[in-house]
Amino acid sequence: MISIRNLCTSYDGEAVLHGVDADFPEGKISVLIGPNGCGKSTTVKSVMRLVPEYTGMISVGGVPLEDISQKDLAKKIAYVSQSRNVPDITVYNMVMHGRYPYLSYPRHYRKEDRDIVEAAIRMAGLEDFANRKLENLSGGQRQKAYMAMALAQDTEVIIMDEPTTFLDVKNQFEMMDHAKKLSDMGKTIIMILHDMEAVLHYADHVILMKDGRDVLSGGAEEVLRSKEVEEVFGIHTGFYETEDGLHIYLRS
Amino acid sequence: MKKKDISLTEKEVKLKSEAADRKGKALLFLSGALFALLAAVLSICLGASGMSLGKLWSALISGPGPSAAQRIFWFVRLPRTGACLLAGAGLAVSGTIIQKVLSNSLASPGIIGVNAGAGFAVALCCGLGIFTSWAIAGAAFAGAVLSTFLVVSVARKSHASKTTVVLGGVAVTACLNAMTETVITFVPDAALSSRDFRVGGFSAVNQARLLPAAIIIIAGVILACTLTNELDVLSLGDDTAKSLGMRVSLVRNGMLTLAALLAGACVSFAGILGFVGLIVPHIARRIGGSESGRLLPFAALLGAGFVSVCDLLSRMIFAPYELPTGILMSFLGGPFFIWLLRNRKGGSV
Repeated sequence: MISIRNLCTSYDGEAVLHGVDADFPEGKISVLIGPNGCGKSTTVKSVMRLVPEYTGMISVGGVPLEDISQKDLAKKIAYVSQSRNVPDITVYNMVMHGRYPYLSYPRHYRKEDRDIVEAAIRMAGLEDFANRKLENLSGGQRQKAYMAMALAQDTEVIIMDEPTTFLDVKNQFEMMDHAKKLSDMGKTIIMILHDMEAVLHYADHVILMKDGRDVLSGGAEEVLRSKEVEEVFGIHTGFYETEDGLHIYLRS
Repeated sequence: MKKKDISLTEKEVKLKSEAADRKGKALLFLSGALFALLAAVLSICLGASGMSLGKLWSALISGPGPSAAQRIFWFVRLPRTGACLLAGAGLAVSGTIIQKVLSNSLASPGIIGVNAGAGFAVALCCGLGIFTSWAIAGAAFAGAVLSTFLVVSVARKSHASKTTVVLGGVAVTACLNAMTETVITFVPDAALSSRDFRVGGFSAVNQARLLPAAIIIIAGVILACTLTNELDVLSLGDDTAKSLGMRVSLVRNGMLTLAALLAGACVSFAGILGFVGLIVPHIARRIGGSESGRLLPFAALLGAGFVSVCDLLSRMIFAPYELPTGILMSFLGGPFFIWLLRNRKGGSV
């Protein structure tokens, strides 16, 4: 389990997080929600040590983050960032980079690495695109390629920062179904999402954030039905049932 | 109706990727090696005194001797061709590394202060009245490497971000150029003495001057070819590279230092051949793609052949006069580079 206590960070002297507390339970889908600029990405970046400095306590599996090397952290947590470069390489070779944490100089891939990479490509549904250049793929396929690279890292935890942004509806569903499948396999998934319907449908645990602080956390329905959600986003929420289950709708 | 099967089986994914990779790499390497070899043979055989392939072969197997052909081969053509091959390979690999590390197609060894540092050191050396070839070579190497260290240390203050490295390089280059002009203003002879160095060429190359630089270049190119994964992971972006366990600042600064050592070693005997480190990586990338495992060895071979051809032409075009290679390289490289830009899809590099 990843645990965050009293996390404070700043960029160029400007405080971004003001004492965030959060727990991301093992084998569950945890989702961070909140308005733009409330510190969701900074929180997950802090876990990956991607922010210049922070105070507070972050522990991964009970071990303080300070005691984990960058390489060991990469064997525990994979991170699919919000902004993604489009390097001029094939999907297969990019997914191979997911094995980077496991290779020592001069970094020759072993058969085991290739097997894991091929499994990751299949799991992401990219068999037909393995030899295609990333720049020749659609946004959804590129997203899957980054996802496959994260899978090739073979970690217990995968963090996805807005994985459905820029994807069409079908690809959004595919991405979320994929996350669910990974969670069912025992992986801990941490996501940042803006789609409340997806949050309700897929999240096991939700953390609501505002202005660099965690406001509320709990089960998806519990958090989304709370008045805090309406206050934080400045909207009204409503719920209705169909044969598929509970749905949420939003009004200004 | 026949339905086309477009899906790949699990086994096919593996085989196609590996086989395509291996075949592509081998073909690229062979074509590059052939170009460099052809350029080297032409560079040795052609010149003021022509040398047939038979004479070349006999001079090669008989070793250094008293005959004119042996002397020309061992003491004139071979060092010069070797220098062209080494300078081309070293500068091309250095430029490729810098462009990859900074994700900037306009980057070249000049952007991290190599040329300005070497230029200042040589001007200072000449200004102080030290004109020996060893001193000038040493000063050029030290100037190139130290100026890069300066750029990297400036960038380290801001976690060695790509932009800071480029801006730091621009600032350091401006300072060093101003210092060079100051030296030349106070000691006008320094401008005349360092002219050959600033233009770049191979007319003054000899075996003794080449050897230390050759060791650095060969070792540097081999080392760079073992670090292709690092270059490719770095090009995924800082956050992704860090999340894959890379110590980004350390690797970026290390790669820039390697690029500076390579370019510094080349500059020490060839002077400032600014264009090679910019144009050859572009051509190599256009032909062979951006993946470093293919790109670096191919750029090295392409650079080696390109500089050899330019040097050969600089000796031949106005024979018996010789045009400095750096001038011819800019004459040829400039229009070719413009052609490359115009023919690039979408006009982007």
